[in-house]
Amino acid sequence: MTRALTVHPEDPVPAVSVLRPDLARIADWIGSGSNVLDLGCGDGALLAHLKSAKNCSGYGVEIDAAEVLACVRRGVDVVQRNIEDGLGMFSGGRFDVCVLSMAIQATHQTEQVLREMSRIARVGIVSFPNFGHWYHLWSIMRGRMPITRQMPYQWYNTPNLHLTTIRDFELLLSLLNLDIEERVFLDEGREVRSLVSKRATQAIYRFRRH
Amino acid sequence: MTFEVRAQRCRFDGPLALQSGASLASYELVYETYGELNDARSNAVLVCHALNASHHVAGLTSGTRDDIGWWDNMVGPGKPVDTDRLFVIGVNNPGSCFGSTGPMSINPATGRPYGPEFPVLTVEDWVRCQALLADRLGIERFAAVMGGSLGGMQALAWSYLYPERIGHCVAIATAARLTTQNIAFNEVARRAIVTDPAFHGGRFYDKGVVPVHGLAVARMIGHITYLSDDGMAERFGRLRKAEGYGFSYEAEFEVESYLRYQGEKFSSYFDANTYLLITRALDYFDPARHHGGDLARALASATCDFFIASFSTDWRFAPARSHEIVKALLTNQRPVTYAEIEAPHGHDAFLLDDPQYHALIRAYFERIVVSLS
Repeated sequence: MTRALTVHPEDPVPAVSVLRPDLARIADWIGSGSNVLDLGCGDGALLAHLKSAKNCSGYGVEIDAAEVLACVRRGVDVVQRNIEDGLGMFSGGRFDVCVLSMAIQATHQTEQVLREMSRIARVGIVSFPNFGHWYHLWSIMRGRMPITRQMPYQWYNTPNLHLTTIRDFELLLSLLNLDIEERVFLDEGREVRSLVSKRATQAIYRFRRH
Repeated sequence: MTFEVRAQRCRFDGPLALQSGASLASYELVYETYGELNDARSNAVLVCHALNASHHVAGLTSGTRDDIGWWDNMVGPGKPVDTDRLFVIGVNNPGSCFGSTGPMSINPATGRPYGPEFPVLTVEDWVRCQALLADRLGIERFAAVMGGSLGGMQALAWSYLYPERIGHCVAIATAARLTTQNIAFNEVARRAIVTDPAFHGGRFYDKGVVPVHGLAVARMIGHITYLSDDGMAERFGRLRKAEGYGFSYEAEFEVESYLRYQGEKFSSYFDANTYLLITRALDYFDPARHHGGDLARALASATCDFFIASFSTDWRFAPARSHEIVKALLTNQRPVTYAEIEAPHGHDAFLLDDPQYHALIRAYFERIVVSLS
């Protein structure tokens, strides 16, 4: 589940110093010395970067065995659980930031996950694939469920349960009394500033409790 | 190919005050070491043993043909805990029956074996003995203390009893306290031993007998709980030695023969009083007991990093027990890595050579070695 969603199997393994564009954006939003919880942390690239570049501390949560091993090899502390069970273990935690990158669409209790994130950390950061992207609409108009680099699944084997558009995501944040602090929209890693609801493949939000 | 090793012995005079209020006047600890202690004395790793193991962690006992250490797949040159770079110590805990002072030893006060007079020791008593041995060996601080099952309990106890003396706690397939069910299994095992007529209230040494039947049954029960349901089914199924049913109560199913064999083998080398003592130490371990049941508070003094692992099919020390430990450590904001390893072998998995498990331990110790230089 989780970060593997955006990494194509044939992609070369990125060097430690090269962060995926969306992770680089997220890293920019995190202050030096922060205590960070990264849900669905994959191979621990974000945490490793935050640790070396910004002297941050924290943990990743990851279910995939190979990714957990990659984290340990990198010296990133990781807890092997699925995101939703993992959150329960962190209920006594006090984090500056809780990151959920490209994994919210695969959570079961999505509202609960956002609530928990805002409870255990001062700031939440969520990125997700924008289902409102024009290609998805075009694909559906042709009568087919969209399959993309970010969501390379057939409708019958996708782990993605709760796909959303940019506007729907913002509606949920306001429903949960979560204030948007920052947002950025990316198209294959490059920032998009106009017609974002149709052009962005990925959206990233930083929010906190009202 | 493995290396040869010789056990060493260290004598301690002066009473050792125990948690029970009793004390041991003098005692000996048997231990083995592997690898070289570096000049900074910073690369020492203590490996703590579980119920039926000993100080003989790795290598081949010198002068024997097949006495291989119980964790030889984990510890040694080039192994996940690499003795080319780390100095590893295995200690036989007092109360055990592999050379350190225990119920079979002569009580200096009476001139005969301690037997039932040997005091009940706790996990924390053992850890204090291990620290005294470390003093003798000139080791102020362990790079890591490591163990599985009951050994993991000792590693945990190190973290809060001697926070300044441990860099990393590696606790595998363990628990911060036994479940009711787990205590119940221990009680059945103990009852099998003490109700064996050959037990003689623990004084069987004087009679020249051994409660082999009680010990064998205790081991059979233990063994069942160390394996998983699926693991047993896969290994033995309903296989029988003969084609048809014998309509008897002999060992007809393969699993029966296997358990009987394991029980008999165990009763030929393990001491009955030691079995009682060690299972009791398991039952008693509960660091949260003095903190209103709050494990996070019990572990609050710990300053080391932690590596915690459990195995998916282990029901004697289930993943949920490890979750309790990890949750407490997260509450305390201790650095902790937790792995829940998919393995079909039940509790025994911690002794076996699972690729993911060994790769994780190797990677974690790599991190420890790097931090030393």
